Amino acid sequence: MSADAAQEPILKITGLVKSFGPIRALRGVDFELRRGEIHALAGENGAGKSTLMNVIDGILAPDSGTIELDGQVVTIKSPAMAQKLGIGFVHQEIALCPDVSVAENIFMATTNSSRAPLMNYAALQARAADILRRLGDIDPAAMVRTLSISQQQLVEIAKALTLDCRVLILDEPTAALTEREAKVLFEIMHKLAAQGISIIYITHRMAEIFANCDRVTVFRDGQYITTMNVAETSPGAVVSAMVGRVIDELYPVKQRPEDRSDEIILDVRALTEASRFRDISFALSKGEILGLAGLIGAGRSEIVKGICRLEGEVTGEVRLAGRLLALRHHGDSIAEGLVYLSEDRKGDGLFLDMSIASNVSALRLRQVASAAGIIDDGREAAQAQRLGARLNLKYGHVGQPVSALSGGNQQKVAIAKMLSVDPKVIFLDEPTRGVDVGAKAEIHRIIRDLASRGVGVVVISSELPELIGVCDRVLVIREGRIAGEVSGEDMTEDRIIYLASVGNDQQQVA
Amino acid sequence: MMMERPVAAAALSSPSEHRGATGPLGVAGKALRMRETGLILIILALFIAMSFASPYFLTWTNMRAMAMAFAVEGIVVVGMTILLISGGIDLSVGSVTALAMVIAGLLFLNGMDPWLASAIAIAACTATGAIMGFFVTRVGLHHFIVSLAVMVIARGLCLLGTGGRPLGLYELPESFKFIGQGSIGPIPVVLVVFVVVVVAFDFMLRRTTMFRKVFYTGSNPKAAAYSGIQTKQVIFATTTLCSALCGIAGIIYMARFGSAQPTFGIGMELNVIAAAVIGGASLSGGTGTIFGAILGTILLSVVSSSLALLDVSVYWQDIIRGSILLSAVTIDHYLNKRRG
Repeated sequence: MSADAAQEPILKITGLVKSFGPIRALRGVDFELRRGEIHALAGENGAGKSTLMNVIDGILAPDSGTIELDGQVVTIKSPAMAQKLGIGFVHQEIALCPDVSVAENIFMATTNSSRAPLMNYAALQARAADILRRLGDIDPAAMVRTLSISQQQLVEIAKALTLDCRVLILDEPTAALTEREAKVLFEIMHKLAAQGISIIYITHRMAEIFANCDRVTVFRDGQYITTMNVAETSPGAVVSAMVGRVIDELYPVKQRPEDRSDEIILDVRALTEASRFRDISFALSKGEILGLAGLIGAGRSEIVKGICRLEGEVTGEVRLAGRLLALRHHGDSIAEGLVYLSEDRKGDGLFLDMSIASNVSALRLRQVASAAGIIDDGREAAQAQRLGARLNLKYGHVGQPVSALSGGNQQKVAIAKMLSVDPKVIFLDEPTRGVDVGAKAEIHRIIRDLASRGVGVVVISSELPELIGVCDRVLVIREGRIAGEVSGEDMTEDRIIYLASVGNDQQQVA
Repeated sequence: MMMERPVAAAALSSPSEHRGATGPLGVAGKALRMRETGLILIILALFIAMSFASPYFLTWTNMRAMAMAFAVEGIVVVGMTILLISGGIDLSVGSVTALAMVIAGLLFLNGMDPWLASAIAIAACTATGAIMGFFVTRVGLHHFIVSLAVMVIARGLCLLGTGGRPLGLYELPESFKFIGQGSIGPIPVVLVVFVVVVVAFDFMLRRTTMFRKVFYTGSNPKAAAYSGIQTKQVIFATTTLCSALCGIAGIIYMARFGSAQPTFGIGMELNVIAAAVIGGASLSGGTGTIFGAILGTILLSVVSSSLALLDVSVYWQDIIRGSILLSAVTIDHYLNKRRG
């Protein structure tokens, strides 16, 4: 790739400005993409990355500034036009039609602009198979619904690749992937770059930038900060450029082994749910942070949801501080102090159009109400303010709808909601997904703080560095069973990946 | 969607800008108050314009007729609004209202005490709602389809029970007719019942934990379930409540007309849903207020009355009502967009 480095840029952006009302999302940014390079675009949420990409894709019209593609100034008016110009955009969120075949999804745009009155399914599938061959083993006739998230991601990429793609934009494609699936994706990216396709890669993850990209451009607050050759910089330097200050310590100090308490808070024995997991037994001691690692589909979330009676018919015993629990539904679980932070805060964690205060109070409304069930607005607001202050939540006032907050702050509201009931055990499913570097470090500190206050903490994360950095002990789940346990020196990425996937290559499809 | 990040960034960087500016209800509350103020202004403007346009408009008789018209329908609007907030919808309100009349009327004609007959009729309507709630929450069908079926079935029952003819209930005692026709001082009893229902439900909806769960369920059913709320119970309850209020409305209509009309309330669902939506309820659940919905009801009823006084053809009235609904929803859509 670096052989092409001296070439003319394929895409050159100069002085781009875009405002939304009074908010200046892009304040005259520059960006340059060379042929065949993988160029990372880094920056915190709100830095302007997505806005720039949406301008390049023709979704948003810029207020001023120019876009040059192959030396020609272009005005991109729509995503369809962007595609014609050879720009493919893989959005962060998967937007496929679940009940339609892979082939039809891939050619949605071409079918839409085609004049032929009838669908030629055979040709469609043959062409889809051609493209998919570059990406991995996916049946073009399969319904998208039946694919795993990572396979769906590949279908999104296939969609972008159909139309003689010259520039491919990938917006946080690994957010929903496991390490191993991500690896496959990176191999594909390198292959495409070798074929001369230029890739803009948006991510929060430093490790991915340094393992896979040629250059990195950093945005902050809608401004261009710098572009660096990855080979000549360090993760620390990139993070500092992103946040505008030096971040020294990403993970809080762990519990010392000698401080480990003998007091067991949560004791799970032989937890089983017929089709999804079997014979799960573990104990969580006071002050400890226990991680659950595993591939997507291994059953980590399902186990935790089973304990909290969120879904599924489970058998087995759950003891809280020695007492056997008989939970009928999730409401009982919350009443006992077992709370679950969802991995999908927009889908099932928060009431986005409702106020911060009414989100925080949702788990136990009677705490802010009179005996007769009349809600006291003042108490409800005070509760949100108190927990907001504890979590360093940045907000205007507690009556604001949650949708007005940034991802990291939304996540803090979701955590505040859990803390409102003084939980005894808190299950955190992907607690830092989609939050920026600064908020991530804060959430890690909050997790450690909870543990040191005696709350039992279980963390599920697909980011191994996070699990290793935050947890005292990690259980590795494979195909619905505990495959092993690691702690201390033993807790390495290699060891966890080995346990999560050893001797089983079909895993990926699960 | 695309604007979300920059807006969020602004909220992050300048929290003091918002603080204290909008009070505890916040941005959403302010927007609601804006809507309600807007509706009141439109209604006032109509009043003023109409008092010049027609000498009959501002007469006591006309005011009373208008109040009677929207008051009973307003009770149904309350039920519909709560159901919409929980994420449901009910197309059967007109038929179920008629069913209450027909059941009570038939029982009365067979010699039953009118109060007891009314209680049984209201119970039957409540049961109808519970059956719909069963199909929605246990079987897992959509509110739209279930209530569409019940709308047709209930209407069929009305026609079957009466042979399609109105039942004249000439023997209804005065004490019973009082709830539909009487007045306390100058105020019609119907209006008093209506005000009590509205004030009670408006308060409960805004302040009680019970009804807050209705908002949670409608706003994001999955997040509600994840917050330990039994969403199926909530939806079952709102569905049943809506039909129960239809039953009460039906009995008041019967007392007012002194008859039971099997064809009463055809097309009522559209009026009722329109009123709730004009008042701020969303078909996707999670938002709405009783006060707003009642203003929506009043607006539609002032418009109908005005058009009638101005001798506008009934056919035009439907066209105008539909257009008002469309404009209200369109304005709302753009306001929402700007807020988001």
